[in-house]
Amino acid sequence: MSYSPLPWLHPERAQTLKDALSRRILVLDGAMGTMLQGHALGEKDYRGERFAHGCDGTHDHPHDERCGRDLKGNNDLLSLSRPDLIRDIHARYLDAGADLVETNTFNATRISQADYGMQALVHEINQEGARLARAACAAAERKDPSRPRFAIGVLGPTSRTASISPDVNDPGFRNVSFEELVDNYTESVAGLIDGGADLIMVETIFDTLNAKAALFAVDAEFSRRKGRLPLMISGTITDRSGRTLSGQTAEAFYISLAHARPLSIGFNCALGADELRPHVQALAELADCNISTHPNAGLPNAFGEYDETPEQMATTLGAFASEHLLNIVGGCCGTGPEHIEAIAAAVRPHAPRARRAREAA
Amino acid sequence: MTRITRLSGLEPLVLTPDLNFVNVGERTNVTGSAKFRRLIKEDRFDEAVEVARQQVENGAQIIDVNMDEGLIDSEAAMVRFLNLIASEPDIARVPVMIDSSKWSVIEAGLRCLQGKGVVNSISMKEGEAQFLEHARKVMHYGAAAVVMAFDEDGQADTRERKVAICSRAYTLLTETLDFPPEDIIFDPNIFAIATGIEEHDNYAVDFIEAARELKKRFPSSHISGGLSNVSFSFRGNNHVREAIHSVFLYHAIAAGMDMGIVNAGALAIYDDLDPELRKAVEDVVLNRRKDGTERLLALADRYRSEPGEVRVENLAWREKPVRERLTHALVHGIDQYVVDDTEQVRLDSARPLDVIEGPLMDGMNVVGDLFGAGKMFLPQVVKSARVMKKAVAHLLPYIEAEKARSGDTAKNNGKIIMATVKGDVHDIGKNIVGVVLRCNNFEVIDLGVMVPTQKILDTAIAEQADMIGLSGLITPSLEEMSQVAREMQRQNFQVPLLIGGATTSRAHTALRIEPHYGAGTVWVKDASRAVGVAQSLVSKDAVNDFLEKIRDEYAEVRARHKKRGSGKKLVTLTQARNNAWGRDGSDYTPSAPRKPGVHVFEQYDLAELRRYIDWTPFFQTWEMAGRYPAILDDDVVGAQARELFDDAQAMLDRIIDEKWLRARAVIGFWPASKVGDDVKVDLHGSDAAPADATSEPVMLHFLRQQADKPSDRPNLCLADFIAAEDSGTPDWIGGFAVTTGLGIEEHVERFEAEHDDYSSILLKALADRLAEAFAERMHQRVRTEFWGHQADETLDYNDLVAEKYHGIRPAPGYPACPDHTEKTTLFEMLDVTANTGIELTEGFAMYPAASVSGWYFAHPDSQYFVVGNLSREQVADYARRKGWSLDEAERRLAPNLDYEPD
Repeated sequence: MSYSPLPWLHPERAQTLKDALSRRILVLDGAMGTMLQGHALGEKDYRGERFAHGCDGTHDHPHDERCGRDLKGNNDLLSLSRPDLIRDIHARYLDAGADLVETNTFNATRISQADYGMQALVHEINQEGARLARAACAAAERKDPSRPRFAIGVLGPTSRTASISPDVNDPGFRNVSFEELVDNYTESVAGLIDGGADLIMVETIFDTLNAKAALFAVDAEFSRRKGRLPLMISGTITDRSGRTLSGQTAEAFYISLAHARPLSIGFNCALGADELRPHVQALAELADCNISTHPNAGLPNAFGEYDETPEQMATTLGAFASEHLLNIVGGCCGTGPEHIEAIAAAVRPHAPRARRAREAA
Repeated sequence: MTRITRLSGLEPLVLTPDLNFVNVGERTNVTGSAKFRRLIKEDRFDEAVEVARQQVENGAQIIDVNMDEGLIDSEAAMVRFLNLIASEPDIARVPVMIDSSKWSVIEAGLRCLQGKGVVNSISMKEGEAQFLEHARKVMHYGAAAVVMAFDEDGQADTRERKVAICSRAYTLLTETLDFPPEDIIFDPNIFAIATGIEEHDNYAVDFIEAARELKKRFPSSHISGGLSNVSFSFRGNNHVREAIHSVFLYHAIAAGMDMGIVNAGALAIYDDLDPELRKAVEDVVLNRRKDGTERLLALADRYRSEPGEVRVENLAWREKPVRERLTHALVHGIDQYVVDDTEQVRLDSARPLDVIEGPLMDGMNVVGDLFGAGKMFLPQVVKSARVMKKAVAHLLPYIEAEKARSGDTAKNNGKIIMATVKGDVHDIGKNIVGVVLRCNNFEVIDLGVMVPTQKILDTAIAEQADMIGLSGLITPSLEEMSQVAREMQRQNFQVPLLIGGATTSRAHTALRIEPHYGAGTVWVKDASRAVGVAQSLVSKDAVNDFLEKIRDEYAEVRARHKKRGSGKKLVTLTQARNNAWGRDGSDYTPSAPRKPGVHVFEQYDLAELRRYIDWTPFFQTWEMAGRYPAILDDDVVGAQARELFDDAQAMLDRIIDEKWLRARAVIGFWPASKVGDDVKVDLHGSDAAPADATSEPVMLHFLRQQADKPSDRPNLCLADFIAAEDSGTPDWIGGFAVTTGLGIEEHVERFEAEHDDYSSILLKALADRLAEAFAERMHQRVRTEFWGHQADETLDYNDLVAEKYHGIRPAPGYPACPDHTEKTTLFEMLDVTANTGIELTEGFAMYPAASVSGWYFAHPDSQYFVVGNLSREQVADYARRKGWSLDEAERRLAPNLDYEPD
């Protein structure tokens, strides 16, 4: 009896992705939220027709106090109420040179959707989010068949932390358990796979224990389906302490999640590219998988806005690439298609980081 | 090439081959530690967390957590404990080993670990299917696993079975599951030896030989075991048990064992074992002779001692040759016979100096090595120094005579000038560093406290010193040290400068001192680091590399700081004031002081204060970590802590009975109102105000936090805790100054004349504790009696130490009100110097050092906080309120500036 890992769910796409990664640095898209802000959407947009009454009009359900509540701000719901907007944002990033686009599912977990009373829609939001991203990729591939494009199914961090107490007077208290997180992520990842996601990315990880729960759920779901998708993992170094919110160094973060045998590991959000450099470097020295980064457009200014220009960001990330730190690069908060276009151009001349060989016997 | 095991807590633990042996802390195990079991059973989780902290402090690289006890809800206890230690960064930095025989407990534990921990253990005890199922889960949770040599037929006892079971497990794991070989840790079962049962005699050999074979077959995997089992038959005799552990480890590590569950603080060194005992133990461990067990048993009685029991003074050492007696006296801090022994060696020596350079230095080198290796603690070292000083004092007249005759002088490692800087009176830490350096054969010239810069520099030139050490405790001393550095640069000094003291830091030294002095500036964290630094600085081979390393390190600190400076935003003063702490919505009405005005206490009863002493900081002074009273039963420092505590109690008895110290205090309360960030105090409003007092109100000035905070957390300023002038609500503020240091000098001088640094430092540390106790007791009486805003309060000692009362007593110069100059106002309001004898130095330190002063705030929600960094805007505003130039304000508030002054 000999071990063989689960086969790929979409073997051809997985192979195409690995081939592309071996040849060049792949470009990830930029922020979804920043683009939506530009549309200055109102409550009406968020509701669309289906949620005109503030609850799901397509299902018979007993009307209760949850009906009629504000849906403004529930960006993930736009995949159902304004799919045109989401499709368009994906298309603009793909036109700008992105090889991979992230689904609009950052908050599509039961815990996060509970803020809007939309828990029942979690599977559908994820499925639809993945379908929109996959369709946008297919359209882009038809337009320009020279490059394959990939839809990344995004699992966000949720608003709770499994290893930090929200109550300073009771450090042993937790407001979410590992099991609850596993249940949440299982539901979400099933939707993403059903919608046709090419990869899964656990991202903006500020508590590694949440990510372990996500990866545990993903792994179990792959086993149930007897096939797996390539995995991306992206953590968040919260501030200049150089640690995650839950206190880990970059090295400890990688070691804690390496068991998932991801396609890539990296950092996104919270910091600009400049501040992320030492941490990305630490990962690049240690990890035996690909390295990704999608930083914010600098640190927020006094108004909470990000003002690093596409040129500034591209210069910094271009330098990362010239030092062979990167395999996958993109943007997070404050970045738009102009940033992605500039970043794509800046990394194009550089070879991807060669994967570090595992200390093999 | 082997694959490398990587584990993590908050930080990585990479098991590189040069790590040799990984210590897994065993004390957080209810089956192994009676104390830990009691704490968990009694739901004393706070103290249980301290056990984990001590394990890590004592060098545990992983901590083993086990809650398997019939009367404990093991799953719940595991989860609660792991969640609690996850909140303690100095514990959570190391990986956790989850230890249970119940899979449900292991899984509950795995769900709490963000890092990569270790499962202890999985085995084939219930068949392959179960084993693989558990291993698969371990992989999914992202952990490594201890694999016990246990199969369907039971635990493996012989070498052959250990190797066979482990090999079978390895093949299953790596081939069926692709389990990473580097994440496999074999536990081939350490069983008790010397049990009297013949079949057990070879157990240690079986383990050691199995380890050898397994390491050969599976070089990426590891071999571990629970060490304490092996000596189980000698329980009650810790001395022999530690010897067995030491011998067993020595051979097992050589064979390939590279991890072990051990009491990290109590490992004897193989070479240190009594050779007779070592040989007897070795016979048993290695099963070298049939009668080994009987022989060891016969020998063991000689070493039997109960833990905690005071050993009968063993005078056997007095039978040894005199040079060995000197070493013994130094290592054990016994000064009783040292003068006689020294004299005896002197008579046998060619020159009196030979006694110092020979046996005495040999003895002190042993002390230095043991301290450096963490095997002796600070109080012991200081006692050793006392012995050394007495010996040297005896020799000194002979050495002088010899010098006059031949011109010969003593050789030493180097000469250091030490001083507490101008304006500061605190010297306990400096004195300890001096003692430790002297123990390591440095000549220390201690200039005392409040030493002006030029005196330090002149002495350094006159004495041809090799280095200068500056110390200080209060924040103005930081600026003073920076001035000394500038002056050294200006006068073209070339000797290194050492910086130490409680408020100093690597960052401050790098940013504000080192840039001003080119010939080398080094921050010394504590007394235990002082020797290493000083030795590097006097070593011709090492000094350049050492200083270069320090310079690079500090340059990096500066670079990091510079980058950070632009990132951490402060809000404007207006924004901060708009986010002030509000009194709205609370139905609190300030209560008027029952006994307004100023009250003077001429001679307070020290016996009453004794009960109020918080002992934990006392142990910290001696660099012994741990909380009182738990520290007295600590596995590692317990014995030393108890000895120190006993010495302290004995001295306290004398301080009180013989009235060594005098305690005086003054307190007062006045009507007050908040005006902006100031507090206006009406001295007239109190009945006790002198009739001729001016009618001008006194303004107290406070600073406000400017950190960018979430909306639900206010930007605090102490003035907020007083009702605003325009609110119409009458309110009050109080002030106090207490001292217990009057009369101390006479006794310090007496001890110093007796070459007894230990007693001198002990006395100063106790005076400090009494002053803090006085402040605590006085505050209690103020709350319940003089002001009476908490008249019904009934709190015991622990509640007081934990500050469970309403109201605060912040001191000028400390984080909530960092401007030391406000002490001048406080001193005038209370006429402190006339009423208590406490004086303010030019640096705003209080003399005697054992003094405390501050403000009283009565608001039940008042709290301590850290003002933190200040913007130029607030500093300018503060300067205006204080009537200072901006320049002066920036100098006074230097440690709090968020910007570089022009």
